[in-house]
Amino acid sequence: MLLVEIVMIVVAILFFVPIYMTVINGLKTYGEVVTSTMALPDVFQFQNYAIVWNQLNFLGVFMNSIIITVFSVSGILLISSMAAYQLVRRPGWLSNVIFLAILSALVIPFQTMMIPLVKVAKDLGIINTIYGIIIMYWGFGIPLALFLYHGFIKSIPRELEEAASIDGSGPFGIFFRILLPLLSPITTTVAILHTLWIWNDFLLPLITLSSPANRTIPLAAAVYFGQYTNEWHLGMAALTLAIVPVMIFFLFMQRYIIQGITAGAVKG
Amino acid sequence: MNARARRAFTYTVFVAPALIFFTLIIVVPFLRAILFSFQDWNGISPVIGWAGWDNYRNIVRDSGFYRSFAFTAKYVIATTILLNVFAFLLAMLLNMPLKSRNVLRTAFFMPYVIGSVIIGFIWQFIITQLFPDIGEATQWSLFLKNWLSLPDYAFWALVLVTVWHSVGYYMIVYLAALQGVPSDLLEAAEIDGAGRWRQLYNVIFPLIRPAMTINLFLAISNGFKAFDLNFALTEGGPFGTTESIALHIYLDAFTKNLFTYGAAKAVLFFFILATISIVQVGTMKRREVEL
Repeated sequence: MLLVEIVMIVVAILFFVPIYMTVINGLKTYGEVVTSTMALPDVFQFQNYAIVWNQLNFLGVFMNSIIITVFSVSGILLISSMAAYQLVRRPGWLSNVIFLAILSALVIPFQTMMIPLVKVAKDLGIINTIYGIIIMYWGFGIPLALFLYHGFIKSIPRELEEAASIDGSGPFGIFFRILLPLLSPITTTVAILHTLWIWNDFLLPLITLSSPANRTIPLAAAVYFGQYTNEWHLGMAALTLAIVPVMIFFLFMQRYIIQGITAGAVKG
Repeated sequence: MNARARRAFTYTVFVAPALIFFTLIIVVPFLRAILFSFQDWNGISPVIGWAGWDNYRNIVRDSGFYRSFAFTAKYVIATTILLNVFAFLLAMLLNMPLKSRNVLRTAFFMPYVIGSVIIGFIWQFIITQLFPDIGEATQWSLFLKNWLSLPDYAFWALVLVTVWHSVGYYMIVYLAALQGVPSDLLEAAEIDGAGRWRQLYNVIFPLIRPAMTINLFLAISNGFKAFDLNFALTEGGPFGTTESIALHIYLDAFTKNLFTYGAAKAVLFFFILATISIVQVGTMKRREVEL
């Protein structure tokens, strides 16, 4: 058992070399990166971060990512849970057709829709805008979220809702005051799955956000890397900046993230 | 308003937003993709012409499409096998009562939360800067080669990075399944004289089959849809040998302005992927057992 433990720890350390390399080389001079990739820097070059922070417009890019992720995810949660509530509690052919139609979209790869999506977004006047990409994420996020909410609501007995209804609550009161709190486990799962996806997504921002002011972190990092190829010390500092927010999010939320992934995968 | 009308009103208010955004963002572009695949347009000109079946006829003669399809198929097979083998091994080992198992689980999962584009650039650095250093120090020919400029090496670089990036996710799914295997069943099997391999084949594998179905499905569909890593690590090179279908379609549509031709490939891609997914999940679901 001890041998297994030691072997696994060594493997895990090797597994982490790429992250270590990224952080350490972002703190070196260009010369140090080229001569000895693995070594620690003589002097930690924190000014690399200052340079990259400005060149990348990191604060602006970071805010774009936050705004897009927060509004996309909360919209997906609200729209999907509301629809799932009525689709489960009002069974019938209409609910079945709507549910199956939305569900079947899960097999369509994004690449099939992306070419006309650019045209549709242009026609709707939502291309190259932050709110436009948020609306697009609502659309793409609904199938999985609705599916997960649908399954969860089916397992909740309706007695509480009926009692509230007899006490004179309307459908909105029942949904927001009674049902929504009961949905919090699945809400956490859906929120985490969609946050990781939207925060890290690259292709949709690439084709719909052309102006530099609207870029998200992955898109800005990709553009920066293209411009500064071979300035490895700055490149690594930029990548370190790009992974810090998601690492912090992960460290605080890791219990929920792992639970969410497990629940999402088993049901998906 | 009577009760019936009120119920219809509530239903509409709750369901309509989902239906509207779903239609606008998914249904319309999807149908439009099918329409585009029969048209002839560069994405810019004011008139959209008709192509009939020409786009599809041209795909049949398009060596670039075949090449990217062959690459993607090879990539899907390699990543699906390696991801599942390593994830299952890790899950088995980290299901043992190790002191550090929680930290280790977190460590192996961690790369997954970083986006693939960022991962691609990190590994571009590792492969072009660190590998030659290792090569010089050890004189191993494996590391003395320039991986990203040799087709076979570039292919395995993509596979390696994919496995490194996602193995933790698949491991989590297997771990969850392994924790659902009752230990008294394994004890009973042991008392009946079943060795470790027999227990694995006759008890563990059948019980974790749902996790296998999911992991195979995810590995296959993610493999077919691979784009970000491809874009960041090899850009499809050297000489287009590592161009995934997704990257190929993207390049056709957005850099070569073959808007409708790309759409036809994308529609074909949908049919291929949907067929494979349905067949795989269908066959595996039938072999699952309920406890």
